[in-house]
Amino acid sequence: MTISADHTAQEPATKDAQEPAAKETASQPAGQQAGSQDPASEAVRKFGITAEDYMLPARHPIQMVGPDGTLNPHTEQGTQPGHEYGLPSDAELLAAYEQLVVGRRVNDQNSALVRQGRMAVYPSSHGQEACQVAAALCLAEGDWLFPTYRDSVAVMARGVDPVQTMTLFRGDWHGGYDPTEHKVGIQCTPLTTQLLHGVGVAHAAKLRGEDTVVLAMCGDGATSEGDFHEALNFAAVFHLPVVFFVQNNQYAISVPLAHQSVAPSLAHKAVGYGMAGERVDGNDVVALLAVLGRAVKLAREGSGPLLVEAHTYRMQAHTNADDATRYRQDSEVAQWVAKDPLSRTQTYLTGRGLLDDDAADRIAGKAEAVATQLRDGLGEDVPVDPQDLFNHVFSTPTQQLKEQSAMLADELARDAASTATEAGK
Amino acid sequence: MSPTVTTSSEANNNVSAATARAAAKAAGAAAQNTDMTGPQTITLAKALNTAMADAMHADPSVLVFGEDVGMLGGVFRITDGLTETFGQTRCFDTPLAESGIVGMAVGMAMNGMRPVIEMQFDAFAYPAFEQIVSHVAKMHNRTKGAVKLPMVIRVPYAGGIGGVEHHCDSSEAYYAHTAGLKVFTPATVADGYRMLREAIDSDDPVMFMEPKKLYWSKDQVDLAALRAEHAANTERGTSSEGRAAVARPGTDATLIAYGPSIPTALAAAAAAAEEGRSLEVIDVRSIVPFDDETVCASVRKTGRAVVIAEAHGFASVASEIVARVQERCFHHLAAPIRRVTGFDVPYPAPKLEHYYLPGVDRILDAVDDLQWED
Repeated sequence: MTISADHTAQEPATKDAQEPAAKETASQPAGQQAGSQDPASEAVRKFGITAEDYMLPARHPIQMVGPDGTLNPHTEQGTQPGHEYGLPSDAELLAAYEQLVVGRRVNDQNSALVRQGRMAVYPSSHGQEACQVAAALCLAEGDWLFPTYRDSVAVMARGVDPVQTMTLFRGDWHGGYDPTEHKVGIQCTPLTTQLLHGVGVAHAAKLRGEDTVVLAMCGDGATSEGDFHEALNFAAVFHLPVVFFVQNNQYAISVPLAHQSVAPSLAHKAVGYGMAGERVDGNDVVALLAVLGRAVKLAREGSGPLLVEAHTYRMQAHTNADDATRYRQDSEVAQWVAKDPLSRTQTYLTGRGLLDDDAADRIAGKAEAVATQLRDGLGEDVPVDPQDLFNHVFSTPTQQLKEQSAMLADELARDAASTATEAGK
Repeated sequence: MSPTVTTSSEANNNVSAATARAAAKAAGAAAQNTDMTGPQTITLAKALNTAMADAMHADPSVLVFGEDVGMLGGVFRITDGLTETFGQTRCFDTPLAESGIVGMAVGMAMNGMRPVIEMQFDAFAYPAFEQIVSHVAKMHNRTKGAVKLPMVIRVPYAGGIGGVEHHCDSSEAYYAHTAGLKVFTPATVADGYRMLREAIDSDDPVMFMEPKKLYWSKDQVDLAALRAEHAANTERGTSSEGRAAVARPGTDATLIAYGPSIPTALAAAAAAAEEGRSLEVIDVRSIVPFDDETVCASVRKTGRAVVIAEAHGFASVASEIVARVQERCFHHLAAPIRRVTGFDVPYPAPKLEHYYLPGVDRILDAVDDLQWED
């Protein structure tokens, strides 16, 4: 074993040798690193494999259902000792399929609403819906999800109201939902800063003895950011139950993965932090549910953080403001059409007899209802309150903000008065 | 130099000794390490340390973390003894990464904790700038108040200690310019205790700028009275937060300063007094929110003002103060407001810093320029 798991240097040094041992024990942190929590020896004990074999991803990405919708033979799923995955239950699969269909409908409806001028911008996860759905469904109630701006489908799948989710992109406010209500971090555009927030949420929960798991999402380009490194390292050092979920959709706006990293894979980065990594077919919702489900389970059981990289593809441009034909070939996109996450799941579930026409109709109806909700909600012009500029900067507005708020109110009152006068002429 | 300063809050909160002791008892004031009553001479460092210890006793959600804050007690020893007293779950070392420290604190604050984190030196906080500006400052606004971030980022700042480059920056303007951050800077031992307790109590994030050259300045304070004052304020829902203080009363001109410049301003006022000129010294204390009322009341009374700060003058907190006072007190002014600030150069090497720092002579020169002959 070449990976040193010797954490003794991190044991608290006792200033005074006479310091009562009981005090040290009593204050021994739940959230602090300690030799007994060393993930390497834990892996050796639990799975009978070496630390390297635990931390390094399996030699091949995990894939259970291939692009044609047939279940791979167990020996061809990419699993190996210590990296073994069971098939999700029928109920889980059906629930995931329903969310896949809803998610695809949400993506396409939102893109249409942008074209109609009802939203300023929408970063679509078209083609990545399997990742979105699995990220949301692998968590239990009370667990936290930290999404990126492209993860609206995952946010909605956690129960956040679709129209509230779209507030950011509609331009009414920087965020439209209460993160604490559904335990979903607020979407925003800095990259990987939210991973550290997820680490903090997990740390606070662990200090209180709660069994909360955090799933924190980012993309392939984001793994170049400094906060990616800091988040993974903090989570590992404090041994926190965080699953880092990288959707490798091959592009950071226009820049392909080869310009971000020359690591063997993004999942291989895990070993540098002393955590386990895994690769998974990001368009295979069956494999995603299995891999993320196991990662969440291990994290909850105290194995520390894990890193999961999903191979997927951003089927559309970065946003409506982007032109993807400037940096990639149509032929490349066409190859990924054949790997579509929806059609393969549909074929697989139909073949298994889990999805009949009635179920398909019911699911299509549900997706249409969400689309209608989005059209109605975003079609409506909700008046904005200019005083909201000042209302939420601090818990209590400062004197300076009160003065500026009064100034704006006065401007608006004078505008209204002169408009009324004009109208009266 | 150990100025004894009467702040306006001390005047406002004139709690009698008997009430003080009763309130302290009622609040269960729990600090163990400094339970003597009556005046005692302590350093600013000890006052800050005691404030954290008292807050940690009072509220189990208060956590202290950062680089070297655990067994070492911080490079300035401000967190000395906290790990021994409260254990490693409450005061602990982190990996050496400031963005990580601040970002993790954001998540902990989102999830019920009140982190008090240390940036080891002013310039070492810059890796955390994105977390501070894009999230610490904006989360409350972004979520319309659904997420509060009750966290304190302690920043030992400013120069005068002969430090090498990156150890002496006055970085307060970066934070003051960012909407959504409160920016406090104590100058006295009593304010060290009082303002850090208030910062930890704040439901909004506070950049707590500690003048590192004053860490070892001493003053006689009554910690029991300060605790009682805090308990009484908590009970009444009042505080000295956001209030400037009259550090020295005077009648002829106003010196407006904060943090590390307060002792210099007081020395200048003392020297001016010997020449028969009475200077009032205002300690800003809270840069955000800013106490226009106290500052402007003084300038309206004296008609002349000099603003003193170590930071570069261009686009600085000092510039903002001049602009605000001029807008509000123009017709009371007998002369243009002067600034005595650091030059617009990178903070100098130790052998050159005395040329850079606002000193008594430079302040008195500025005062002399306030058109007395008219």
